[in-house]
Amino acid sequence: MKEHILLRHRDIPDLHRLEVYQKHGGFETFRRAVTTLKPEEVLNEVKASGLRGRGGAGFPTGVKWSFLPNNLWPHYVVANADESEPGTFKDREILESNPYQFLEGLMLASYAVQANLSYVYLRGEFWQIARHLDACIAELEAAGLLGEHLFGTDYSLRIYTHLGAGAYICGEETALLESLEGKLGQPRLRPPFPAVYGLFGKPTVINNVETLANVPPIVERGASWYRTYGTEKSPGVKIFCLSGCVNHPGNYELPLGTTFRELIFEYGGGVPAGRKVKAIMAAGASSSLIAADENALDTPMDYESVQEKLGAPLGSASVIVIDDSVNIAWLVSKTIEFFKHESCGKCTPCREGTFWMNRIAQRIEHGKSAPEDVQLLEAVASQIQNKCLCALGEFSIMAVLSGIQKFRTDFEAKVNG
Amino acid sequence: MNELQREYPEEIERILAKYPPENKRSAVMPLLYLAQRRQGYIPPQAIQEIAQILELSTTEVASVAGFYSLFHEQPEGRWRIQVCTDLPCALRGADEFLKRLCEALGVAVGGTTADGLFTVEEVKCLAACHRAPVFQLQGDGEIKYYESQSIDTVLALVEELRCKAESKKEGA
Repeated sequence: MKEHILLRHRDIPDLHRLEVYQKHGGFETFRRAVTTLKPEEVLNEVKASGLRGRGGAGFPTGVKWSFLPNNLWPHYVVANADESEPGTFKDREILESNPYQFLEGLMLASYAVQANLSYVYLRGEFWQIARHLDACIAELEAAGLLGEHLFGTDYSLRIYTHLGAGAYICGEETALLESLEGKLGQPRLRPPFPAVYGLFGKPTVINNVETLANVPPIVERGASWYRTYGTEKSPGVKIFCLSGCVNHPGNYELPLGTTFRELIFEYGGGVPAGRKVKAIMAAGASSSLIAADENALDTPMDYESVQEKLGAPLGSASVIVIDDSVNIAWLVSKTIEFFKHESCGKCTPCREGTFWMNRIAQRIEHGKSAPEDVQLLEAVASQIQNKCLCALGEFSIMAVLSGIQKFRTDFEAKVNG
Repeated sequence: MNELQREYPEEIERILAKYPPENKRSAVMPLLYLAQRRQGYIPPQAIQEIAQILELSTTEVASVAGFYSLFHEQPEGRWRIQVCTDLPCALRGADEFLKRLCEALGVAVGGTTADGLFTVEEVKCLAACHRAPVFQLQGDGEIKYYESQSIDTVLALVEELRCKAESKKEGA
């Protein structure tokens, strides 16, 4: 893209410094919102933009904000910076290199729902980033952009960081809330949803880092400007994380609706010489495997097209490219091992199912399996489906079932040695 | 006042100030990090002290310490070299990198070098898939990322840290 909207630090050097961010208009939108706009005007602009949650679920952000009841207080906003999906590394780049745009988005979200206290929940591995964000927040307080009675109004806002400690499950919003409350990171039964019963039992909005980074430009330039990017139902830009068997892995900020072919070949420089793309995982390790035929490569990457044309969710748009040197049975053993490790243990089908899937997949991978093991793996995976409180259980079987279905010969090759 | 409070009075105060007073349980993870800072693991006494500060049972604190993978309840090497071998990293040579690192240090995965300085661990995704092989270094109360690594770069780091440990010893 000619001009970055989210990864603006690639166009503007030193954007991670407050004076540089402010020189380029930073926090003017927040100031204007707090001093001249009603909270619902901010909310309505975001709603009109059609911005959808960038953490993976794709739920409309403005609608999510509007669910908070006005008869229950206080309200909280929590930024989800627990980025832990294998194949996902976009929030990290925003936090490291464009932290003030993210913070301004969090501040606008807080103002829109009238939260006076907001948290940034970071995965524990982001220890350095958390120290850096703490320094940014201290600078904002010193500059009078965070604190009591902002710009002489009645509105006050404090932001704190909170470090997780190594648990993928805490990216799930109710597990994140439990963790932030000082408990085991295990998902809650819903309803009630966090919009009504969230942090400390109060109405809470939880938004992904990338989602929040979209908010300042939307409020500044307006919903109709934002909608000039992307598609009707998936408006705007998205950071696509490209990894795996490609020549130039990395983050690429592109309009939603860009095709897999453009991302992998035009931006990613294609696969290593002599190789062909065999499969694509569009949502990191949680993906259904997409067989990379011409139809798949020409599919636009927006929430609807990927689901409707390829039967796989776009999720967080973490595109892992798999070339024809990779055996899918090996790949599936890797994803299963991940989910087995990360299952929080609350729901039996996920806890036990991922354990047994791992045993069977390792057996297949190491050539020690019986012919019926592929069928058994499929059967165990099917038993997990639709039986867990959160999506982790579902995620753990996506690559398993689609892998066996679409690449059965890879499994048979392992089984038959 | 218990030992943790005597050692880190200001930091504990700063941590508690982040949360509403009636929700001070939220401070359990930051306090566990604090307790882990000096020795690289959380001694049983610290679990009791945190429970005391937050008015929780020791079981409640211990269960949190046990649930999360960055909290350690056993002493290991001063620095933990934690290599990601998840799928995107594995597609870029992470398994081979881990194997060669273990060979060079003469340890198995999860093992600690004879000098007690390094533990090599296999960890889950670190959000650095595009720069594999990648590892994080956990130790001395910090966590740092090392990306686009080769066996030469990691061994150079190991050497540098060995010198650091050595010079401290002499200095003392």
